[in-house]
Amino acid sequence: MVVSEIPPINITARNTRIIPFEYEYYEPRSLKEALELLDRYGDQARILAGGTDLLVKMKARLVEPRVLINVKKIDGLRYIVEDGEQVRIGALTRLRDVENSELVKKYIPALHDAVKSMGSIQIRNMATIGGNLCNASPAADTAPPLLVHNAKVVLSSVGGDRVLPLTEFFKGPGLTVLKPNELLREIIVEKSIAGSSAFKKVSRVAVDLAIASAAVYVEVEDGFIRNARIALGSVAPKPLRAVKTESLLRGLRIDSREVLNALKTIDEEISPITDVRSTSEYRRYASKVLVLDALEVAYARLKGGVHG
Amino acid sequence: MVRVSFRVNGEPVELDVKPSELLINTLREKLGLTSVRYGCGIGECGNCTVLVNGEPVLACLTLTVDVDGCEVLTVEGLSKSELTRVQKAFIEEGAVQCGYCTPAFILMAEYLVRSKPEPSIDDVREYLKGVLCRCTGYVNIFKAVLKASGSGRGRERVDKG
Repeated sequence: MVVSEIPPINITARNTRIIPFEYEYYEPRSLKEALELLDRYGDQARILAGGTDLLVKMKARLVEPRVLINVKKIDGLRYIVEDGEQVRIGALTRLRDVENSELVKKYIPALHDAVKSMGSIQIRNMATIGGNLCNASPAADTAPPLLVHNAKVVLSSVGGDRVLPLTEFFKGPGLTVLKPNELLREIIVEKSIAGSSAFKKVSRVAVDLAIASAAVYVEVEDGFIRNARIALGSVAPKPLRAVKTESLLRGLRIDSREVLNALKTIDEEISPITDVRSTSEYRRYASKVLVLDALEVAYARLKGGVHG
Repeated sequence: MVRVSFRVNGEPVELDVKPSELLINTLREKLGLTSVRYGCGIGECGNCTVLVNGEPVLACLTLTVDVDGCEVLTVEGLSKSELTRVQKAFIEEGAVQCGYCTPAFILMAEYLVRSKPEPSIDDVREYLKGVLCRCTGYVNIFKAVLKASGSGRGRERVDKG
């Protein structure tokens, strides 16, 4: 697609001063109450968490739910706790809480990098980690760090919970495997103990969406890569792991040219589009550079023993 | 309609609102607090920033029903008689051009001064990056905020940065 063929985004052509339609509004006080409402209204309902994505879409009438379920008043879904070799994060945890968490900084450094780079302080005070995942943007910055930390998501409904690896959660732009009566309740993240991680992205201005992003988790022994995990954002219909490239990195000297060669395989694993933010070609190029940069930062953290 | 009660600039407010009503419109149109500015409406310009329970949020992406029971602060509620240190510094440093974005910058600066003593220029940039000034008068705004926060060598550092 050449640049002149890129269709304009019409969001600002709408009146964004108001929400131009009415809906039934609920404020459940418990998870049980929220799940019952979801079970009753199913796909007629939308969940309101931080609102930084959903309300924008509602203003533009891109979504027009008949029922809005505001889950922010539910106690006990906003937490970051250590649990053995994992960290559990409540879906309603604000990005600002994630940013300020010592646990995240120490054990999920790539996620700390990512939230620091997201939006503004105002946005991070509102937006939730669960909302960022459920919005399922290919550019969701929390996704690549969580993917390289082997995150799992806990999906709740009146029938009980199911736990899925995050790799199986996204289906495409704006699409997840959540059933109409399910709510994302918790994210379970593997700590970096033997290795470390980092996240990098390029965007046009500070508060903009990513043009491309990458997270890397790496374990290194005597200068050789023992284990590496790579995840990429904004370069495919959903955030994804580059498993082929990961397997090629295993066993290589971390400072060798072979690492650069292995990163070329990323080209086969991604399918970036050209849109208003960038061209497909640039995204391909940037992805490799971002992975290399993130690898360097993660390795420096590992050597330095500092996770910050 | 839903009955909501919250505090705005220290005063109790009780209103019946539609669940779809946005906080920016309640504040501007029902309460006359026109320091809260409409900019982009999609969370990019930050001009509608207000403090809810002391934390900055965007009033154009907040439902009024959602601040039930909360404490909302706009620039009108900052000072009853004398201007705050931040407000004085904005005047002294000429940090106001057309003035449209000024209330949002003042609130973010107040929030910074309260939460981070002796901020660096990078801290100031981080705290203020969510507010856009289309006169692009950022340098004087940064100087004013550094001055108000007690980081005295503000002028020199901003010019270098």
